Amino acid sequence: MNITEKILAKASGKNKVSPDDVIFANVDKVMVHDVSGPGVIAVFEKLKKTGMKIEKLWNPDKVWVAEDHFVPAADKISAQNVVLLTQFTKDYGIKKHFKYGMGQYGICHTLSHEEAMVLPGEVYVGGDSHTNTTGALGAFAAGLGHTDVAYVLLNGKIWFKVPETLYFKLNGKLPDYVMAKDLILKIIGEIGTDGAAYKTMQFGGSGVSEMSVEERLTLTNMTTEAGAKSGIIEPDQKIRDYLAQRGATNYNEVHGDSDAQYSKIYEYEASEIEPIVAKPFSPENITVARELSSIPLDKAYIGSCTGAKLDDLRAAAKILKGRTVKIRTEVLPAAISIFRKAMDEGLVKIFMDAGVMVGPPTCGACCGAHMGVLAKDEVCISTTNRNFPGRMGHVESKTYLASPLVAAASAVTGKITDPRDLK
Amino acid sequence: MKGSVIKYERDNIDTDVILPGPYLKIHDYNELAKHAMEGIDKDFHKKVKPGDFIVAGRNFGCGSSREHAPIALSYSGIKAVIAISFARIFYRNAVDGAFLLPIEVEEDTYRDISEGDQLEIDTSKNEIRNLTKNKTYKMKPFPELIGKIIAAGGLFNYKA
Repeated sequence: MNITEKILAKASGKNKVSPDDVIFANVDKVMVHDVSGPGVIAVFEKLKKTGMKIEKLWNPDKVWVAEDHFVPAADKISAQNVVLLTQFTKDYGIKKHFKYGMGQYGICHTLSHEEAMVLPGEVYVGGDSHTNTTGALGAFAAGLGHTDVAYVLLNGKIWFKVPETLYFKLNGKLPDYVMAKDLILKIIGEIGTDGAAYKTMQFGGSGVSEMSVEERLTLTNMTTEAGAKSGIIEPDQKIRDYLAQRGATNYNEVHGDSDAQYSKIYEYEASEIEPIVAKPFSPENITVARELSSIPLDKAYIGSCTGAKLDDLRAAAKILKGRTVKIRTEVLPAAISIFRKAMDEGLVKIFMDAGVMVGPPTCGACCGAHMGVLAKDEVCISTTNRNFPGRMGHVESKTYLASPLVAAASAVTGKITDPRDLK
Repeated sequence: MKGSVIKYERDNIDTDVILPGPYLKIHDYNELAKHAMEGIDKDFHKKVKPGDFIVAGRNFGCGSSREHAPIALSYSGIKAVIAISFARIFYRNAVDGAFLLPIEVEEDTYRDISEGDQLEIDTSKNEIRNLTKNKTYKMKPFPELIGKIIAAGGLFNYKA
């Protein structure tokens, strides 16, 4: 069995599972945020009206809560949702609630690794499609809707069809000015937005071993954009060190067997990967950044669970150091802990000297919710994960998806720019 | 169940167009319904009738995990979405929350059905009858567990 099959077999109490088996898996961790949380609350209310008694959760210690989509409160409804969520965590005894304005908080998928909320070998579900992100730690991580999350909160398990696994092998180290974002965009461009539908995308090879933990998280984050159920990477010493720095040393790693099966293996030579951009209106609509050098921009956005981790900010700062932005540019670190490290390393000063607006962690503009959405016909280059019509604002705005290096280089010139071409 | 067709001749109809992001803070299901399909069809709210079906291409409902998407369609009156394929979270949200039936058909069937056609869906025979064109199509049978959850009326009513 491969790593995903082994985790799901263990979680469902079976010796062996195979793709297409339908199982009920015991869940180790579950997350809700300020969108899926109120959704769960609505489901609970509906169930109570049918006469069901809901007094306690299956295990409040395995549940954690993030405030990220509409914080800082975008309006009265958003503010009320946070009040609802806070009451919910109090009512059900959930201790891990990362609250905006009270120390550490941030985007749920970023907290999942920054705070070691999820560990290797675990089954982790969250009320958000990019829950896949955390699979980079060697866990089975999948997104669910809020009815399913409500079911997990009460029963501690949920059904899954055991996925087929597509294996993506990267040979060699990515060249300078090329990031994990370029690789995952290239992969999505090749297999399409349903190319991994219902499947797991596993990443490996020497190029992935070379990558930092945060870069690996970019790969698994965007498996969602290929329709994948989950993304996963086998844990190694880098993962152990990363988790140990965050106080987590007690877990049971799972690794694939030597005869593990994959439904398809894709190989990439790292030396051949170039800076890639996904054009509107789909993450699969890719081309090399150099082909878009005539596209003028209104805004550069360096934010989100995909593109505002510490390594992403370091990459952007490398470009912006000593330069000035030509277009509206925003950097929103994905969690307060990352914001603080960016400050300590001098990155925030570099951004501000370049004229960039540095803001608080939020999903905000990435999902078109608030905090800097786009006007009609505005064009944005963004380190986020989606560029569907209206994703970041007006339905006639346009978003180009790129790495933080490409976004920062483009901010400097005002046009889409390959960082290798920056004078 | 019988209803008439609202057809979108496109693939990858994503959750951002089914129910745009700014409305995610809303949990009043009837209010959500007013914004269904707003990303590609501003008139959807006016033209949809209770019992209607949506017909679309591949990978319907791709993108986010927002259950608001099937909820907005369901509370607009949509009873089933007939598509060549579905994104996984939309599919399980539709079934587990008992909001609507996600029905998969062959590409030829998708092409043959037109806007405004009257259809009758018979899940017991895995058939879709086109009453306007006087034709019968096959639908892909639901996988065993999915069929049981649908029959139970959603995941919370399903007993393993």
